[in-house]
Amino acid sequence: MAVEIQKEKYRSKVGEVVLGATKEQGGSRSHTITVGGETTLPFLHFEGEMPNRPVVALEIVDMVPEWHPCFGQYYDDVFADTAAWAKKCVDEYGADLVQLRLQSADPDLKDSSPEDCAATVKKVLEAVGVPLIVIGCGKGEKDNLVYPVVAEAAAGENLLLGVAEVENYKAITSACMANQHNIIAQSPIDINICKQLNILIAEMSTAMINRIIIDPTIAALGYGIEYTYSIMERARIGALQGDKMLAMPMIGNIGFEAWRTKEANSSTEDAPNWGEQETRAILWEATTAMAYLQSGMDILVMRHPRAAALVKQNIDELMQDNSY
Amino acid sequence: MIIIGERINGMFQDIAKAIRERDGSVIQEWARKQEQNGARYLDINVGPGSTEPVEAMKWLVEETQKASDLPLCLDSTNYDAIEAGLKICKRPAMINSVPAEAAKMERVFSMAAEYGSEVICLAMSEEGIPKDSESRVALAMELVATADAYGVPIEDLYIDPLVLPCNVAQDHGPEVLETLRQVKLISDPPPKTVVGLSNASQGTKDRELVNRVFAVMAMACGLDAAIADANDDELMASVATARILLNIDIYCDSYIDVFKQG
Repeated sequence: MAVEIQKEKYRSKVGEVVLGATKEQGGSRSHTITVGGETTLPFLHFEGEMPNRPVVALEIVDMVPEWHPCFGQYYDDVFADTAAWAKKCVDEYGADLVQLRLQSADPDLKDSSPEDCAATVKKVLEAVGVPLIVIGCGKGEKDNLVYPVVAEAAAGENLLLGVAEVENYKAITSACMANQHNIIAQSPIDINICKQLNILIAEMSTAMINRIIIDPTIAALGYGIEYTYSIMERARIGALQGDKMLAMPMIGNIGFEAWRTKEANSSTEDAPNWGEQETRAILWEATTAMAYLQSGMDILVMRHPRAAALVKQNIDELMQDNSY
Repeated sequence: MIIIGERINGMFQDIAKAIRERDGSVIQEWARKQEQNGARYLDINVGPGSTEPVEAMKWLVEETQKASDLPLCLDSTNYDAIEAGLKICKRPAMINSVPAEAAKMERVFSMAAEYGSEVICLAMSEEGIPKDSESRVALAMELVATADAYGVPIEDLYIDPLVLPCNVAQDHGPEVLETLRQVKLISDPPPKTVVGLSNASQGTKDRELVNRVFAVMAMACGLDAAIADANDDELMASVATARILLNIDIYCDSYIDVFKQG
């Protein structure tokens, strides 16, 4: 007897967001990247459309970061030169796009001025042709001074700028509205706040609805990944069932979270039963990313180039047509 | 549950006057006001006293579509008027309504199949409205089976168990609620359900209170749609809240506004 495959029919879809702008569009990117547009759950090509493949960003920082020594062999020559670092991520490690963290603006670190930050962003834009993600240092008061200057300096480039939070979203939303950038709306693993923040941003400008990327705040494998996974899944099902305030593509800082775990950082000597440190860490980061691909993540921000390569390969395989 | 805005109906004085004088601004104003407050369909009814129901229906459809993109619910016992309206609807409409009577089912379901319309099916026959839920469900089954035979998808059917005023037919209330539950079991996929909400409160002292309490009770029994006053803010807030409590919409602090914006 023939087996009849049950197919879910959803009445809505995830919105599409375009990142970057080419010269003709007022920017200087060599190409744009479109994310979102799903009409079904991830990779169920037999059931609906997944018109845009998930993309992999590599993260860079505008000062020498305190990363695990194993990154030295990949980045020692570029750690002190943000633009060269960005170029290496794209040219050598095949990053679809780059996420620049303006860490040096942190008042407790270098306290770089908004103008210095803008200059760094400009340099990175000159060095690479891919669309750019720019995020602040994480100290809201300072970030609110940085956003408008950076947004204006990069006007026309259609950046993805972050992050807006429910307690601090107005300055960055205004900066994005005024200079036509996209925005990362971050909520603390809470679907209700996620939706509310999207509404608050949309209340400032309805045009921003099509420029929001949701950052649900993720956890690494072993640190509550199933909790984030279920929140993302619920948001995505809500989106497909017609909840417009959750129908946005999603982003996650995979590398940042994975490299905070002891499983990634413990040396081979300290944890001999866990295998060689770097291989283990790469797998920890890649496995975290693969789980989030399955919960609907559209932009994966990775740290280790080899973990990024593994995930890109995984995406290639998952994007193979499985319709019947 | 979604709201089918009831206000463009010749039963209301201002609408009757607008139809007589062909004053489109009144119709457009109500179309906009209902949509802005959360209506997802707009009911269009020329009213009981119309001397030219076909022409009036066409005019109402045209005027409404100038102001709103919502799908329309063409409400008439005159099927020529409904068909005239269906011909000019920009998007698939809802036919309101058909009882379980052979001749009427034939006309309406043929039309629905031809125009891709949804249909409100009344749980009544030539013998009137039955009192108990079993008889109402039996009529619903007859309607579903007949629609199926004409090629109308079951998901496009809205069974109306027929709500009567609570001050004259109080014993019908629980039967209607039970019918809403039972209708969901008669087929897979099941038909949808609808009520004319304001009927429940005809002639009562605090009509809005009766309407919104009945709305949330019916929602708990699975009600999918109600023809109702979309500009009754307390009703809309109650419906939005019930949708949260039934886990239909995902909560956020602005959930009432989100419901109204659709």
